[in-house]
Amino acid sequence: MSNTAVFAAPPRIALVGNPNCGKTALFNALTGARQKVANYPGVTVERKVGEFLSPAGSRVQIIDLPGTYSLRARSPDEEVTRDVVLGRFEHEAPPDVMVCVADATNLRLHLRLVLELKKLGRPIILALNMMDVAEARGCSVDAAALSAALGVPVVPTVAIRRHGVRGLLDQIDRSMAVMTGADGAAAAPSIAPCGWSEPSAHELRAYHQEVEAILAAALRSAGRPSLATRRIDAALLHPAIGLPFLFLVLFLMFQAVFAWAALPMDMIDTALGWVQAAAGAALPDGMLKSLITDGIIAGVGSVVIFLPQILVLFFFILILESTGYMARAAFLLDRLMGGVGLHGRAFIPLLSSFACAVPGIMAARTIENRADRLATIMIAPLMTCSARLPVYTLLIAAFVPERTVAGGMIGLQGLVMFALYAAGILSALAVAFVLKRTVFKGAREPLLMELPSYRLPGLRDLSLGLLERTRIFLARAGTIIFAIMILLWFLGSFPGAPDGATGPAIDYSFAGMLGHALAPLLAPIGFTWQIAIALVPGMAAREVAVAALGTVYALSETGDALSGSLAGVLAADWSLPTALALLAWFVFAPQCVSTLSVVKRETNSWFWMIVMLVYMTLLAYGAAFVTFQLSSALLGG
Amino acid sequence: MTPPVSGALSGAMSGAASGPVPATGSPSAAPAAAPVAPHAGPGTVPATTSDPPDGRHSPSLGSLRKGQRAVVTGLDETAVATPLPAGELERRMIEMGLIEGARVEVLHEGFPGADPLAVRINDHTLALRRAEAHAVLVTLG
Repeated sequence: MSNTAVFAAPPRIALVGNPNCGKTALFNALTGARQKVANYPGVTVERKVGEFLSPAGSRVQIIDLPGTYSLRARSPDEEVTRDVVLGRFEHEAPPDVMVCVADATNLRLHLRLVLELKKLGRPIILALNMMDVAEARGCSVDAAALSAALGVPVVPTVAIRRHGVRGLLDQIDRSMAVMTGADGAAAAPSIAPCGWSEPSAHELRAYHQEVEAILAAALRSAGRPSLATRRIDAALLHPAIGLPFLFLVLFLMFQAVFAWAALPMDMIDTALGWVQAAAGAALPDGMLKSLITDGIIAGVGSVVIFLPQILVLFFFILILESTGYMARAAFLLDRLMGGVGLHGRAFIPLLSSFACAVPGIMAARTIENRADRLATIMIAPLMTCSARLPVYTLLIAAFVPERTVAGGMIGLQGLVMFALYAAGILSALAVAFVLKRTVFKGAREPLLMELPSYRLPGLRDLSLGLLERTRIFLARAGTIIFAIMILLWFLGSFPGAPDGATGPAIDYSFAGMLGHALAPLLAPIGFTWQIAIALVPGMAAREVAVAALGTVYALSETGDALSGSLAGVLAADWSLPTALALLAWFVFAPQCVSTLSVVKRETNSWFWMIVMLVYMTLLAYGAAFVTFQLSSALLGG
Repeated sequence: MTPPVSGALSGAMSGAASGPVPATGSPSAAPAAAPVAPHAGPGTVPATTSDPPDGRHSPSLGSLRKGQRAVVTGLDETAVATPLPAGELERRMIEMGLIEGARVEVLHEGFPGADPLAVRINDHTLALRRAEAHAVLVTLG
């Protein structure tokens, strides 16, 4: 890390600020879609970097740092902010200029962080955001007086409408010009490590007093608190209305995940079939054709098809977050979740886990306490992720009769689906209850959470957020899942069937051998060798189990059996107890490589990953065993 | 030009800061823990301000009910049980705006057990549990 390396890179700016200050909206306003998300080395905290061209013509790199109230980091997210600001990341120089974003309606709280950052002695610009809201509430801030009192340049902005961005860009140019000096070498000494230490309670009080003095000089009139927010909260946080409303929102969300995503999923399915057919027609028969059509297109396609569902779910999550309702949900659930020892904040990761446990487990980063965070991570995969849906759908269609119960009001198939979701949630609560009383003992982390004013979500920020999720998801499908699919195709295709073999080809492959080896172990829970084989590729992603069953039965049956649909084949081939046992198995379904790898990364330990694998496998086996034995006894089969 | 609000606040704050505010570690703070400890179990409604516990002159934020207003007079984290290291809860509270002189109002109560609290602190709203709110000493008004 020589100085020349530092100077070769474009100037870097970091956006720092409290949560809910409109930092991400400002980042979007500055960079537009020219942003990318990666991870910081060693941690999975997302590193959002964008680029823009300043009015003076220099290419500037900008980093959006996780929101924090203090440099005294409490969660892994906040640690990243601290480490970037202090230049503690290896191979990453501290930012050249820090743009502090402060909510003009909430200066008292936000200016304290600005003072803490100012003490680092690095160039700072204060973006006074949400000026429109502040003015609407009768709050008048004298930006010039604030700048004089703080000793840093102040630029008023309304990031959500992209107001004031030009002024901020000009100020960034001026600050960079001052920083680099005439010959561009003046900044070198200031890149030395900062002498920062955690402020004591006494120092924090002093910061607050300084803020009061600054406000006395710069605040021309104090604003009123948001009356609308207070009125909405009077209803949405009402003891009798709050929780029913929250559950209604969640119910609508899950309805939408299935209803809105159905059409695009069909379209993706059709498109994949077309691509597969086209590739099949274009390629000569042989290994390459099998690899591309059966391995890559079918495998990656079976994951990509969930993109619409994940986007609908994130659409709701982004709206809940940007309106400020997510914090209310945590408030409403804190007491209930406290019953099993979970933090109210665990709600968000658990909600995300209904789409996929991977983003859910990553969202647990905002939980400050390590024990609380681990408990949340451990139960997140018990939330029924969308990848389990195809398995549920297939088995329910095959084994649950299509009739109504309760006087024709409720469909039996839908009821079974609901029961499977409920089984996941209830077992998650039970596991959390046990964990918090054994491994993660101790009082709960305190709840100190800001309830931000309600806000209308910005359409632009919403679409950029969804674009970001799409990119992350497709990148995952294109890398990890792609690689695993090729591996599984290899396991399922080699070694080929010997000459004169009577059984299906997959029977002789490595996957077949593994399936047969596992079969005795799985016999007590009623699984056939075909299921055992399907569970092996199911480790890549749960939904692949369906595709694998299709493959196994396509390869192992002959003639008439193939003419029926897979559901029909299964209904004829399996007993009802076997099907029920498989459903019970998938409620816990521990075998998802992506989830396990993200647990390894998030907890930074193999130990917790293995704990999760073992406890979920045991639960799955136990549940399937009980289900199989009980239903066999009851049904006499 | 100076708004009366911030003027009054700065005055209150500087006055409070010079006073004996943080009682951390002081032996006299130990008895103060007693009135808080019995608060447990669902449905338990904490003591209201009408019957302040013996030996405690200042009610805590945790004893306020919905609609009550008060001014923070001090923080005493030794009054509550917390898994955090010493001094950490106090610092977090200060960072979230709970500081001597701050004007607070209980806006909403959670369910069940009227917990957690949504408290307006000057310009923003903070959610916290009653258990920890007992560390915030207040005077009504």
